Amino acid sequence: MLDFIKRHEGLWLFTHSPSVMIAAIVALAILIGAVFAPWIAPVDPYDLSSFSLMDGLLPPVWEEFGTSKFPLGTDDQGRDMISSILYGARLSLIIGVCAMAIASILGVGLGLAAGYIGGRFDAVVMRIADIQLALPAILTALLIDGIARGILPPELRQDMRVVVLTLAIALSLWVNFARTARASTFVQMNKEYVQAAMMQGQHPLRIMFVHILPNILGPLLVIMTVDLASAILLEATLSFLGIGLPADSPSLGTLIRIGMQFLLSGEWWILWIPTLFLIALVVSINVLGDFLRDVFNPRLR
Amino acid sequence: MNAPIVKAKGLARHYEVGGGLLSKGKIVRALSGVDFELSPGKTLAVVGESGCGKSTLARLITMIEEPTEGTLEIDDNNVTPDNWASLRSSVQIVFQDPYGSLNPRQKVGYILQEPLIINRPDMSKQEREAKAREMIELVGLRAEHYDRYPHMFSGGQRQRISIARALMLEPRVVVLDEPVSALDVSIQSQILNLLVELQERLGLAYLFISHDLSVVKHFADEVIVMYLGRAVERASKEEIFAAPKHPYTKALLSTTPRADPTATKERIKLEGELPSPLDNLPGCAFAPRCWKATEECRTGRPALEGDAHGVACFHPE
Repeated sequence: MLDFIKRHEGLWLFTHSPSVMIAAIVALAILIGAVFAPWIAPVDPYDLSSFSLMDGLLPPVWEEFGTSKFPLGTDDQGRDMISSILYGARLSLIIGVCAMAIASILGVGLGLAAGYIGGRFDAVVMRIADIQLALPAILTALLIDGIARGILPPELRQDMRVVVLTLAIALSLWVNFARTARASTFVQMNKEYVQAAMMQGQHPLRIMFVHILPNILGPLLVIMTVDLASAILLEATLSFLGIGLPADSPSLGTLIRIGMQFLLSGEWWILWIPTLFLIALVVSINVLGDFLRDVFNPRLR
Repeated sequence: MNAPIVKAKGLARHYEVGGGLLSKGKIVRALSGVDFELSPGKTLAVVGESGCGKSTLARLITMIEEPTEGTLEIDDNNVTPDNWASLRSSVQIVFQDPYGSLNPRQKVGYILQEPLIINRPDMSKQEREAKAREMIELVGLRAEHYDRYPHMFSGGQRQRISIARALMLEPRVVVLDEPVSALDVSIQSQILNLLVELQERLGLAYLFISHDLSVVKHFADEVIVMYLGRAVERASKEEIFAAPKHPYTKALLSTTPRADPTATKERIKLEGELPSPLDNLPGCAFAPRCWKATEECRTGRPALEGDAHGVACFHPE
């Protein structure tokens, strides 16, 4: 019944908070657009034959010279901006979600084990986490990118970019999960149901995942949402700096980097439209994360 | 029937605290040199203030932790981590906090079946379920409680669930770690009566850990008084309450409220604090607070002497 009320209460809060509802609608719209990009987008931005240089640098439809064929204009190659953005958001979201998933599995696993085992193992894991925190995310990503370039054969490098980027982002995000999971595990460890499970002779892994994990999911869910936004931003940053995805398979960050070249030459839409899109995506995810935190932590209400 | 089922000799448990990655921690002597025997159908109460090692003792008996020193025998088997798994079902525990001792995300039926799932893997699902339902009735809950979550119950009902869980494996020894101190007084007596009834019915041996002397007086057969990890006095309930020998026991008893308004109150007030268990004083641990302490008490540690009524003091009453 408490679960029901909680869900109910969450629902009530949701319907009574316009900003959260707007954020959910925006996030959902972007998600649907990204997932169904191949069917929604007017052209395939990866297919060079589907666009023509003759259509290059057309402004959005409401500007002078804009055409309804390209509602948000085109870039210098004649690519339709809407298609680029939808495909870019798709890549950004795939990388963001995968990185967040890897980071949460790694972080929650380590944090849970550190909290459960304690002692020296805990000390070692948390010191590694401290070292990780001392390195800026971008530096970690650069490091992994550099190592991958050194190890991988040249013909694989291009294909592995997405994987390397995802791993780099995941590695800089796992600390959050590990710390939260560890702290919450400590709280649960002091509860007697954990001791009861221990003295029934249950396997430590079973205690960790069957007993403790379901009871610490709340705070972890909040971190997952917030870190999804961070992962997307980090990907955009790395791509913007040129160590992310190349121009032929652009993510949102790559689109923004390309758009930078036109900032001072009047073609503002090539930069601003993907940027606004990225801001809308990240802000709406963050608003949802804040909302989740409020639902799971009644004291903050 | 009356052969002791639990025999403990010189049980001790030391913890290392404050150790980091590179530094070595200090040793806390949470429990040192405790002896006792526990027979079926009997209740042994362990009494003392916070930090005296009561709960550590419970953790050793229930095989959550291994003693640093000393031997523990259950059913004439010497307990070592190797045979924990096989001995576990003979010792079970009921915890103090009825709100923390049940996993909030599991239904009562599953909570009760879990000990069987782990320790009786050959039991069929139907048998387990039948047993859980039977146990629910035995502890005075109703059949429809089987499918509910712990938060739907009151503290007393939760403690009944806890007791049911402890009995699922048909243990012979049940450790009761302050089972009623978190409950209302009216509920306390219900739970205590249930425990007495179950003891008579199933021939259980209870290790009853408590700081509440009025409950102990009602419930125990034998009493061990502990102070800072050591047993300072051990005797039958009647002897302890009628003629306490150790100054600490006397002080402890003087704090129990009495219903008789005409009785003269001579409450003994102890000075000072419980010494830190980190210090490992050479003498009697109670000496810094004792009004009878002499030089002898500060330099040498008295051993627990006397068979029927043991006391660890140089100047017993």
